[in-house]
Formats: sequence, C-alpha cells, structure tokens
Amino acid sequence: MTAYSWIKENLFSSWLNSIVTLVIIYFLASIVPPLLDWLIFEATFIADDRTGCTTDGACWAIIGARSYQFLYGFYPTEEVWRVNLVYALLPLGILPLIWEGMPYRKQFLVFAVVYPFLVFFLLYGGPGLTEVASNKWGGLLLTLFLGLGGIIIAFPLSVFLALGRRSKMPAISAICVVFIEFIRGVPLITLLFFGSMMLPLFLPEGLNIDTVLRALVAVIIFQAAYGAEVVRGGLQAMPKGQYEAAQALGLSYWQMNYQIILPQALKITIPALVNTAIGLFKDTSLVIVIGLLDLLGIGRAALADTKWMALHVEVYVFIAAIFFIFCFGFSRYSLYLEKKLNTDNDSENK
Amino acid sequence: MFKIDFSDQKFRAIIIQTLVVGLLAYGLYFLVDTTAYNLEKRNIATGFGFLDDPAGFDISFSPFYNYVATDSHFVVFLVGLGNTLLISLVGCIAATFLGFSVGIIRLSSNWLLSRLAYVYVEITRNIPLILQLLFWYALLINLPRVKNSIALGESFFLNNRGLNSPLPLFGDNFIYVFATIFLTIIFAIFFSRWAKKKQEETGKQYPLFLINFASILIFPIIVYFISGSPLDFEDPVLKGFNFVGGMKIPPEFVAMFLGLSIYTASFISEIVRAGILSVSKGQIEAAKSLGLQQKVIMNWVIIPQALRVIVPPLTSQFLNLTKNSSLGIAIGYADLVHGFGGISLNQTGQAIECMAIVMATYLVISLTISFFMNIYNRSIQMESR
Repeated sequence: MTAYSWIKENLFSSWLNSIVTLVIIYFLASIVPPLLDWLIFEATFIADDRTGCTTDGACWAIIGARSYQFLYGFYPTEEVWRVNLVYALLPLGILPLIWEGMPYRKQFLVFAVVYPFLVFFLLYGGPGLTEVASNKWGGLLLTLFLGLGGIIIAFPLSVFLALGRRSKMPAISAICVVFIEFIRGVPLITLLFFGSMMLPLFLPEGLNIDTVLRALVAVIIFQAAYGAEVVRGGLQAMPKGQYEAAQALGLSYWQMNYQIILPQALKITIPALVNTAIGLFKDTSLVIVIGLLDLLGIGRAALADTKWMALHVEVYVFIAAIFFIFCFGFSRYSLYLEKKLNTDNDSENK
Repeated sequence: MFKIDFSDQKFRAIIIQTLVVGLLAYGLYFLVDTTAYNLEKRNIATGFGFLDDPAGFDISFSPFYNYVATDSHFVVFLVGLGNTLLISLVGCIAATFLGFSVGIIRLSSNWLLSRLAYVYVEITRNIPLILQLLFWYALLINLPRVKNSIALGESFFLNNRGLNSPLPLFGDNFIYVFATIFLTIIFAIFFSRWAKKKQEETGKQYPLFLINFASILIFPIIVYFISGSPLDFEDPVLKGFNFVGGMKIPPEFVAMFLGLSIYTASFISEIVRAGILSVSKGQIEAAKSLGLQQKVIMNWVIIPQALRVIVPPLTSQFLNLTKNSSLGIAIGYADLVHGFGGISLNQTGQAIECMAIVMATYLVISLTISFFMNIYNRSIQMESR
C-alpha cells in the first residue's frame, strides 16, 4: 500500500475523520514542541542547587544531585559494591526465566534459583560481610527488592493456594477460600499498616522483624492471593480428560499436578500472571505510607530539601518514567507471550 | 471394624484435614495468647469502648455532616466511610464514562485518534496510582492563590485551595421533582420490559429509548416549573481574600477524583475494547446480510454480546477503584483509612480494633458491590433455551 492511499484510508476517509485528524494535528503541534523544550532543549541538567536552574525548562539537576539515593537509598558508600553486584547479576537471574532460547539456559536456571538467596546474603550481610540494616535501603533498590521479591516468593504460594481452593477436602478448600477472598477484599494499604503496626503485637518478645521484611511479607501475601485466582483460572481451563487420564495412569495427586496439570495450566496463565505482577510492582510504591523510602519516598525526601524547592513535576516525571519503563516493558513481554501462546496452540491444532 | 489403611483416600483426607485444622487452631491460639500478653505488658486496653470517646481532632472534609472535634471516634468512622463511599461512587461513574469513550475511540478508524487513545492508556496504566495522585495534588496546590483564581466559565473558580463551584439550593418543593424522576425511572423500567415482551410476541418495535428518555427528561421539567422552580444556585463570590458562598471542593478531593477516574478509566477502556472485539465478525456480517441498519446492529447485536464480556471484569475494576480510594492517605483525603485507621488509631493506640473495623468495612463494601454487580451480570447473560 502506498503512503498516499494509507493516509487517505486511515486519516481522511470521511469529512468527519478529516476534521478530527486536523484538530489532533493542531493539538499536537501546539503541545509537543513546548513539551520537548521543557523536557530537553531548555532543561538544566547540571546545577548545584535550585538557583542554578536559570533556563525555562525542567531542572533535572535535582535527579543528578540525588542519583546515589535514587539508586541505593542510604546504603553505606563503602559497601555499595554489594548492591552494584546485585544489580549486575539481575539480568542473569531474570533472563533465563523469561527467555526460552537463551544459550546455556539450564545452567542459568540453576543460578536463577540461587540468585534470590544470594541477594539476601549480599544485601543484609552475614558471615564475611558487614551487616547493613534494611532501614538503610532505599530508592530503586528497595522498589526492585519489594517488587521482584514479592512476585517471585508469592508465585509458589499462589500455586498452592489455587490447588488448595480446588481441593476436594472441604476444610482445606474452605481455609484457602477465606484467605484469598479476605486478602482480595481489603486494600493493600491496610495490609501494610497491619504489618507495620500490628505484627509486633502478635509476635512473641524478642522476635523482631524489621520494617522492610514486614512490608515484604504484606506484599507477598497480597500477591499470593491475587496470583492464586489467576492460577485457578488456568486450572479450571484444563479439560477434565487430563485429570482422568492422569488418574487412570495411577499417578498420585502430586504427580498428576506436578507432571500433567500444572505445566499446562501455568503456561496458559503466564500472561495474566505477568499482568498481576505489573500491578504489584506499581503497588510497591504504597510503602511510602509506612515510612519506607522507595523510589517515590526518596523523591519526596528530595522535594523536602530546601535547596531544591518546588520541583514536584520534575521529580514525579522522573519516577514515573522509571516505573513506566519497567511496567511497559513487562506488558510488552506479556503481549508477546500471549501471541506466542496463540500461535503455539494453532500449530498444535493443525 | 475400623482399619487403619494409609492407601485409603478417604482416610488420608481426614487425617490431613485434621492435621491442618489442628495446626491452624494452634497457630491462632498462639497468636491470641502472645497478643494478649503483649497488650497487657504495654498497658493497652482492649475492647471497642474507645469508639464513644471524643476524637479531639479536626477533619478537613466532611460534606454530609457538620463534624466538630468533640464528636466521638465513631463519628470519625462514619465521616470517613461517607468520604470513601463518595469518592468511590463519583470515581466509578466518571471512570466508566471516560473508559467507555476511550475504549470506543481506540477502535476508531482514524489512525491518529486511536493512537492518541493508546498513548493515554499506556501512560496512565503503567504509572503507579499513588504517584499520579501526588502529581495531581502537587499541581492543584501550586495553582494561583485565591485572589488570582482561574475562572472556568462564570461561576467555577480553581485555585490553590481547591475548586469553588455553585452550590445547588433545593427548595421545599423540589421533593416533587425528585419524586417525579423516581416515578419516571420506574415507568421506564416497566415500559422496557413490556416493550421487550411485546417485541418477542409480535415483533413490533417501539422507540424505547426515545420514549424513556423523553419521559425521564420532560416530566420532571414540567413538575419543576409547576412547583415554582424550587432550585437555585448560589455562586461563589470573591470577598477579600476568600470566596464566600458556593461549594468549596478541597484540592484533595479534586486530586482523588482526577487520579482515580483517569487511572481506572484506562483499565476500563481496555476491557471495553476487548469486549467489543470479542463479538465475532460473523455476527456483524450476518446482521448486515439480514439488512439490519447500523444502529440496530449496534444496539441489538454488538452491545448485548459485548456487555456479557465487559461486565465481570468491569466489576473488579469498580472494586479496585474502591480499594484504591484508600490511597487518599498519601495526599490527606479524609477517608476511612486516613481518618479512622490513621489519626484515631494513633490517638487511641487501639491498633487491632481500628484495623479490624477498617478491614471489615472494606470487606463489606467489596462484597456488596460484587453482590449487586453479580445480579446485573446475571440479568444480561445469555438465556440458554
């Protein structure tokens, strides 16, 4: 199709469409150039404080000045190599999970299982490493820790909850139903409050869980309940014949689920699971209400600095851009999976 | 005779369940026990008696009730609940309208228009809601001062203290107008049912929408004028440093409204788009080949089928919006979590009781919304014959 016919068909197919197109072009022409000026061409990127931003555009210097906190929070400078190591190994920990054609995928999968434990060890410290209390963590580090940690740890839990909800044992399924529906019925904020204010009351003396871990527990519980419903959808989509065939082969309950049902059910739920994971990743920013300094928390702390007053728009746009990159990337990945899944099924049907 | 046989499934199920329930009961007992001990050690009294104590703090936003600081914590709870329900209701309505519009626009044949809607959807749904709320709030409180308010038309004024809008003053006779609206809606429902039945029996169609719309619009207007125009608007007037009269909508409410509806609308638009696309092409082609008009195809073929796909996920978006209204705490909107779950909790120290009440309330709200949406959902599902 030539460019001319494409334009005619998609932009000027009728007089109404032509008017709409012209209005939008006028709207874009009057919005985009000033926006770009503000964002890039007239922005100040390096300055010592607010007064250094003399141009009309955005004052991005605040981001540069606070870049360490945005990346690491208040992690001690001499130990920061540990966080850098965690960041550097992150692709190796994630790629084998999401990239099927990765070379040496099997070996890397082993690493992906070890990686979360390595992260805990590196960040907290332990034998051979000085301890860094989690109240020093912040910024992107905390956002990724809560987001990815919550998603990864909640996944097996949601599978068990989904299996439990569909269990034929009435007591087990009742417990799972009550748990799932309760968690899904209340806002995440109340769970975070619950963790931060009430958990200390519930635990015996001497057993102290720090704030970050309490938030992580709340996030995990929340994600597990939402994930469980997605997995349940996948389980329900399995044809009855699969169960009957597995039972006819004499497989036990766990053998049947592990080898026959779950591999198929999880495969079709992956796109939906990725979508709930995106939701959770965004929701981790709620931890600012219990006083944790994730990306958003660090941003708000930067705004309170008298050297950088009234730069709300810059800071919020910057943080929004980071979240957008992660979430949009993940949603593209989920879309790609969905398409791949459809073509896979098509080829099987032929 | 009773035989212990571990290969017997029924027996195994009983054993496993007894074990799980036992463990759970023990765990709960342990928690209750330690909690009681901890509470006693910290000298925290339990019970709901504190609800009657005077709260002693102010609430910034209480549109339905003239709250004063000497009111009890229970009143704080009620005010917070009212604010939560208000923003949820208003937000759901706005999000539905915006979401349906954007969803339909995304299917527009105009490439530029559908791209624009796509950009809106991707930007708003990939950025945390709390960030969007903070953004709107920051924009609103950095607006010009009251003296230099931005005028929107004749009687709406936007400034750093929120939105000043006209206040509707309902006269005594306005109750007749309300009653008429109520009656015409009931009439519309019955007329729709009757018309549907008639159509199924005889095939005769009535201009249903036109008649209902006209009756709901015209009769109340007639009654309005007969009863002596009992509705007045009190415009806000700038006097000195502040506006006098009119309705003052605080920036927290405006930010919540914008944030919640714009965020949720992007999800709803995707649901609407998927719903419309789910109606198979064959249905539309079949309708066209029967010679049906475009309008009839839309109203009788596409929309009824699309709604079946749209309503269940739409329900969960309403639930999400209601739960997300708890983010008001980040910008100081005096909802359930902020007022009762936040300030009351901190003042009384009754963390367990306050959180339990807040969580239970959200559960009740969620279950109520699901209940009504399920009824609606059932009414539009396919009747299998």
